[in-house]
Amino acid sequence: MAKKVARAPLDYLNMPAMKAWLAGVFIFLYTPLMILILFSFNDSKANIVWKGFTLKWYVKAFENTQLREALLNSLLIAGVCTIISIVLGALMAFAFWRFKFPFKGPLESGMSLPIVVPEICFGVAVLLFFAKIGFPNDLPYPFNLTQIILAHVTFAFPFVAIVVRARLESFNPELEAAALDLGASRYQAFRDVIVPHMKPGLIAGGLLAFTLSLDDFVITFFASGPGTITFPVKVYSMVRFSVTPEVNAASTIIILITVLATVLALRAQAATTKES
Amino acid sequence: MSDRDTIIRVEEVTKRYGKVTAVDRVTLEIPRGEFFALLGPSGCGKTTLLRMLAGFEMPSEGKIFIDGVDVSTIPPNKRPVNMVFQSYAVFPHMTVFENVAYGLKFDNVAKADQYGRVMAALADVKLDHLAERKPDQMSGGQRQRVALARALVKKPKVLLLDEPLSALDAKLREAMRFELAELQDKIGITFVMVTHDQDEALAMACRCAVMDRGKLMQTATPSNLYEFPANKFVADFIGSVNLFEGTLEVDEPDHAIVQSEELGGRIFFDHGVSGAGGEKMWVGIRPEKIELLKREEGSTPPTPEDAPSGCNVTAGTIRQISYLGSESIYEIDLINGRRMQVSRPNLSRWDQEDFTWDDEVWLRWHGDSPVLLQS
Repeated sequence: MAKKVARAPLDYLNMPAMKAWLAGVFIFLYTPLMILILFSFNDSKANIVWKGFTLKWYVKAFENTQLREALLNSLLIAGVCTIISIVLGALMAFAFWRFKFPFKGPLESGMSLPIVVPEICFGVAVLLFFAKIGFPNDLPYPFNLTQIILAHVTFAFPFVAIVVRARLESFNPELEAAALDLGASRYQAFRDVIVPHMKPGLIAGGLLAFTLSLDDFVITFFASGPGTITFPVKVYSMVRFSVTPEVNAASTIIILITVLATVLALRAQAATTKES
Repeated sequence: MSDRDTIIRVEEVTKRYGKVTAVDRVTLEIPRGEFFALLGPSGCGKTTLLRMLAGFEMPSEGKIFIDGVDVSTIPPNKRPVNMVFQSYAVFPHMTVFENVAYGLKFDNVAKADQYGRVMAALADVKLDHLAERKPDQMSGGQRQRVALARALVKKPKVLLLDEPLSALDAKLREAMRFELAELQDKIGITFVMVTHDQDEALAMACRCAVMDRGKLMQTATPSNLYEFPANKFVADFIGSVNLFEGTLEVDEPDHAIVQSEELGGRIFFDHGVSGAGGEKMWVGIRPEKIELLKREEGSTPPTPEDAPSGCNVTAGTIRQISYLGSESIYEIDLINGRRMQVSRPNLSRWDQEDFTWDDEVWLRWHGDSPVLLQS
């Protein structure tokens, strides 16, 4: 009989049962996505039986002007929201890291409030807010997206702030002192030494902000004025009648964009973390 | 010291943080071109004083002059001094060259001259072959050289060094001691170094200031600090010392005698200690200035015939021996129970076998060896 051999922690991955479990987890995670992507190439109107390969749903999705417009809106909103969130989040993180001020503790905990508040409440709050202040609803494109962008920034920038705040904890204050000692002004030291250190946090936080904004449905639904539509909202309205492969195709494109953005961001981050 | 030769003058400088006084009315003058060390235990205020020289802290009271200019309220980026930080603080996202060139941007140095100056500074610290490296590809010793070159390329009037050797391993630390001293000699810039390591300070500095709890205890050359300490703190902090409390019994121009209960007898000085007032004082004797002699059962102490005149002799028993290779340190219990430390160089390969545990010994030291301390 084979003797029982003591296993080192990493050896457990070699057990067939463990491998099967691991495979199971991945199947559970990714099967829905795979089916979505697979059926975007299905040559059938019904999303049930595989009839053959086609790209016609992609063509159709592109020819759907409303869908295209919604996608462009979403990308524009996500892009602007990301930039604003990075700036605001970085400044907020820096302020909490650098300065001492009254009520700093409660304020710092409050920083994560927009993250924990249920989206539906947040959405209603945003709707009420814009109604109360009488925010103009009839601005020309692209300014008609302002409300959505503002709403997105409100919940996205605390994510940036939290990530950057954590990154700043590992900053060696002597680096800033060294820059000052060598003749840099406070601003130059910030720009030349502190910002490069924050960079991986800015990238990771920005990526979070981008994806959060891109796929947000609930808050957008409340914040968007008449006539403005984003991709998730458009898809929802299309699905209400039936899930056509056109929706699959459009979703696949969105998945592609987010995966691409993630890969680029991770690359940039790897390059900067290597330096420190 | 004429004013022209003084590069740094610290006048009655005090630094308080709330109720804590980190630096307490320190007055110092450092001549141009000197290698000066600020020495003391952690928390003694030496780093605060250095940071005030650099401009990272402003004095609560008093003034700091650098090359005759009152810099007390001038920010660090406008002072003619540069610093090598304890962590070296080499910018991780820049190459070695960019690190060294960084400070020149602010000095209005023409782009064409920058290259030459950076490479010359790197050559001074023997790093010119690594100019394109990133700091993460370098050892701690090399990073320190980058920090040195980065500070020196600005041609500061004073170079400040914060515990420059503390992060290096023992062998490298010793090599860097000589190298730093040599570099200072070569470029002639005034160095001010902070350290808690007395060996480091004694080995490298022209003069040291010893600090304790914010106060300046003594400023002197290394040998004067060791041989003529101003007080108990300095005597104890620099090297090892046997301290005995006593009272002054005789004080003549050519000799003095202190009666000490702790030692169990009198201590003879072959010189006068004129001006030494007060009843209570302390006598310090360095371990290496005491000679060990075998003590047979019923023998008499060595007389002035077999020793230089004016010798001090006392009896004891060896309790502990630390063999350190180059020397051995003996812990000896005197008859009255007081413990004394004696060190003895191992001049030959068999010397450490001369004495062993529980040996009865005579301790003998010359009349010019002990120092009298009044505080």
